[in-house]
Amino acid sequence: MMKDPAISIEDLHVSYFGNEAVTGVSLSVNTGNLVGIIGPNGAGKSTFLKAMLNLIPKDKGAVRVMGKPIAEVRKSIAYVPQRNDIDWDFPITVLDAVLIGTYPHLKLFRRPKKKDKEWAMECLQRVGMQEFSKRQIGELSGGQQQRVFLARALAQKADLFFLDEPFVGVDVSSEETIVQILKELCRQGKTVIVVHHDLSKANDYFNQLILLNKELISYGTVEEVFKPEVIAKAYKGQFAFMNEIGVSL
Amino acid sequence: MAFIEAVMQYGFLQKALLTSVMVGIICGVIGCFIILRGMALMGDAISHAVLPGVAISYMLGVNFFFGAVISGVTTAIAIGFVSQNSRIKHDTSIGIMFTAAFASGIIIITMLKSSTDLYHILFGNVLAVRLSDMWITLGISLIVLAAVYLFYKELLVTSFDETMGAAYGLPVRFIHYFLMTLLTMVTVASLQTVGIVLVVAMLITPAAAAYLLTERLWMMIFLASGIGVISSIVGLYFSFTYNLASGATIVISSTAIFILVFLFSPKHGLIWKTLKVKKKRASLV
Repeated sequence: MMKDPAISIEDLHVSYFGNEAVTGVSLSVNTGNLVGIIGPNGAGKSTFLKAMLNLIPKDKGAVRVMGKPIAEVRKSIAYVPQRNDIDWDFPITVLDAVLIGTYPHLKLFRRPKKKDKEWAMECLQRVGMQEFSKRQIGELSGGQQQRVFLARALAQKADLFFLDEPFVGVDVSSEETIVQILKELCRQGKTVIVVHHDLSKANDYFNQLILLNKELISYGTVEEVFKPEVIAKAYKGQFAFMNEIGVSL
Repeated sequence: MAFIEAVMQYGFLQKALLTSVMVGIICGVIGCFIILRGMALMGDAISHAVLPGVAISYMLGVNFFFGAVISGVTTAIAIGFVSQNSRIKHDTSIGIMFTAAFASGIIIITMLKSSTDLYHILFGNVLAVRLSDMWITLGISLIVLAAVYLFYKELLVTSFDETMGAAYGLPVRFIHYFLMTLLTMVTVASLQTVGIVLVVAMLITPAAAAYLLTERLWMMIFLASGIGVISSIVGLYFSFTYNLASGATIVISSTAIFILVFLFSPKHGLIWKTLKVKKKRASLV
């Protein structure tokens, strides 16, 4: 019997008050892939990610995760939000923020125990942030904050990881650390889906790409998708401008 | 210390003191979640929105607790419905809905021809707390504290990162309305001590002061309750001694504490921050 794909999406439609944001996307991602979602601004990348996780209502379409409806597998999903969705003044320390990653597996009314705290510390170590465990999260740099949120995702012991624009406002060395860890997760057989804002590193970071501009332009390995003629289809308007200023593909 | 003697002596003052201390505690606890979720205005709205429920309960002769919870939660739902289903922003929706509820409450009470009750509901009269009111406040306090203790994890996650909570399967919308229900209950408990108009101050001011003092949520909750309790006692003292409205004196006490914290908080205080900037600039000369 064939193994169920990590995610299968059939004819997904999402709109805001009747304006189409994502139209008719169908695809399925196999386990163990590191997939980048790319496309121009306003292409519906984050919307697509959120609709996939059923965090926003969809107009039509079916999403199955590991062969099951998403409601049944939520505890094996880790989600890292965009950095500006978080209130960085929130009274919480770095370690406590990572500790939240253990909550999905704690029963109602139970508090994290010593072994949960040790595990959270271990996850912090993996992203190289253990020295900062007692700091308030707002005292960190953008890259450090993103590493802490990745540590939180690691603490969830998930099978699927969804990251929304994890490299925005992040320093180079943090970006490298994050990419290394994501690649490692894939080697362990986890599936990682990343909304990525810029094209420049897309071919280094991911092994598969979803190219989106409201509809699905292309999905496949980096070699298949990361070609000028394919990319140009998604970036039509913006490339006309680039041609004008003398940049050619 | 005539106040302490008076407390020993008079039953009404003991009831007033116990009730306002309990209100100080639960307002501090719920207030932390309200301000961290950016819902200060929502706190104001819900507290005003209980008025029609209270009025109708009087009319029907039932305990005002039930009417208050129903009208508070209904208003919370109406606010959410309008902002989610139109381009109206959340704060605008709050402004429309709570004033509507408040206005209908005033009309109902006026029709009942009982303006003294209206005055007490709006501004509180802690010295007139009856034994039954004190028991209601105690009951509400136990429910609120138990709820926050038991669902601390869920409240923390949804206040800090609601999308993550939703992604791992928490019923975030239910938790929101659950918190609104707790908020309504706290408002009802506060009716006698500070009154509808000023409840929001007891929710926000102690929590805001605590927010400037710590980087941990549980600590913030304890500090906010502590500040709430101190404000209640000090406020009651001034109310009793100088014959002033209790709601007003309690609120002014908490404002005074907030100002002190705002100026002198070790990490976020204005004076400390200014000194650090000055020192830094001096070192660069």
